[in-house]
Amino acid sequence: MIEVKNLYKSFGSLTVLKGVDLQVGEREVVVLLGASGSGKSTLLRCLNFLEMHDQGEIHVNGQRIDPKTTDLNKFRTEVGMVFQHFNLFPHKTVLENVIEAPVHVKKTPPDRAREEAYALLEKVGMRDKADVYPDMLSGGQKQRVAIARALAMKPKIMLFDEPTSALDPELVGEVLQVMKQLAKEGMTMVVVTHEMGFAREVADRAVFMDNGQILEQGEPEHFFTNPQQERTRQFLNSIL
Amino acid sequence: MFDILLSSYPMFLEATFLTLRLTAISLIMGCGVGLLIAFFRISHSKALQTIAHVYITVIRGTPLIVQIMVLYFGITEIVTLSSFWAGAFALAIHNGAYIAEIFRGSIQSIDRGQMEAAKSLGMSYPLAMRRIILPQAFKRAIPPLGNQFIIGLKDSSLVAYVGMQELWGTGLGEAASNYRQLDTYLVVGLYYLVLVLIFTYVVNRLENRLNTGAAKKKSKGYDSASQSV
Repeated sequence: MIEVKNLYKSFGSLTVLKGVDLQVGEREVVVLLGASGSGKSTLLRCLNFLEMHDQGEIHVNGQRIDPKTTDLNKFRTEVGMVFQHFNLFPHKTVLENVIEAPVHVKKTPPDRAREEAYALLEKVGMRDKADVYPDMLSGGQKQRVAIARALAMKPKIMLFDEPTSALDPELVGEVLQVMKQLAKEGMTMVVVTHEMGFAREVADRAVFMDNGQILEQGEPEHFFTNPQQERTRQFLNSIL
Repeated sequence: MFDILLSSYPMFLEATFLTLRLTAISLIMGCGVGLLIAFFRISHSKALQTIAHVYITVIRGTPLIVQIMVLYFGITEIVTLSSFWAGAFALAIHNGAYIAEIFRGSIQSIDRGQMEAAKSLGMSYPLAMRRIILPQAFKRAIPPLGNQFIIGLKDSSLVAYVGMQELWGTGLGEAASNYRQLDTYLVVGLYYLVLVLIFTYVVNRLENRLNTGAAKKKSKGYDSASQSV
């Protein structure tokens, strides 16, 4: 479903991605692991072109996505993204956050958008907060709304950029629960996370990045119990 | 002083309305100019950036009275412009430079994640600007904008020197005929002060209403809230 070939990306003189190859199949859940600065977030952000890669190719559904020839706005409606800091729109209520893009990008009639939004909010357990402004919510609630907002565009792929890293520990579970549910329903997901429990339990594949490259990848069970690379072992030891 | 206040008030009231009309029109135009120049400054086009930069540098670097004179005598060379419109344009161009910087600052103060979230939902840059960034930026711009409006109101007095009989112009005329300069100028000052106080009150009300309207805020600071929202 997603195919990344030999991707390079630099910020000024700092090369963050050094020839990354990655395939993600339909309905597959892939977690990107690695120390901070290893390039995993940058790779994720390249997947929906919030960062433009310098070299290499990104194909989605067999079609090469090239910023010069592809309508990126249209492309992004099919790729949902959830951010570490939620990035909800503070001047809009929970419901307005969710219907914003369907109504103004997809031109869904507001009535139908609202109906769908209520259903999504129900799904993430936020139906009763529909008319509240984001700054009245806890971090976990914000992130669940952010997931509902991304899902409202009916994306085919969901990207998660450290979705639980900004949360208080006791709020992590509620967000992971929603993500698990999503994985179970067959959503294609790429998740940058430090939640090893989630990676083990939910992911189909764990990908370990180090210094701008993919060092090792495999089934989570195998990956966690029997890593091949010394660097992977060090990383797992340091965080488990 | 009080006799002047009493005897001259019909004339000064008329002048006050002229000052208000002049200020309102020039500030509305100034906001238009300011928003345009602010977009030039944050655009990726080198040419537009340069235009904005030169504009702001020249306007901020020269006295308003010079700008008014140049515009009045310059433009009337090409098209005949009443002193009202020459003054209004000069004030608009002048305030526009300052308002541009206010808008630029407030737009850039909005967390980068807001634009990224909007884009990730498939919104185009103009749509994201209009629906997501600008509403938040305008709210932040209100306090400095209110300040600039007060300055604009007081600066409108300089238009008297191209023959406008607004507050200051009327005061000059009065003082020249009654020879009581100090009293007359104090009266004029009082009119300006009352206008500014009314204006300050309106801006404060607006600010409060927007704050409570958009979010029932707790004691939480603006910035810490928007960082993580």
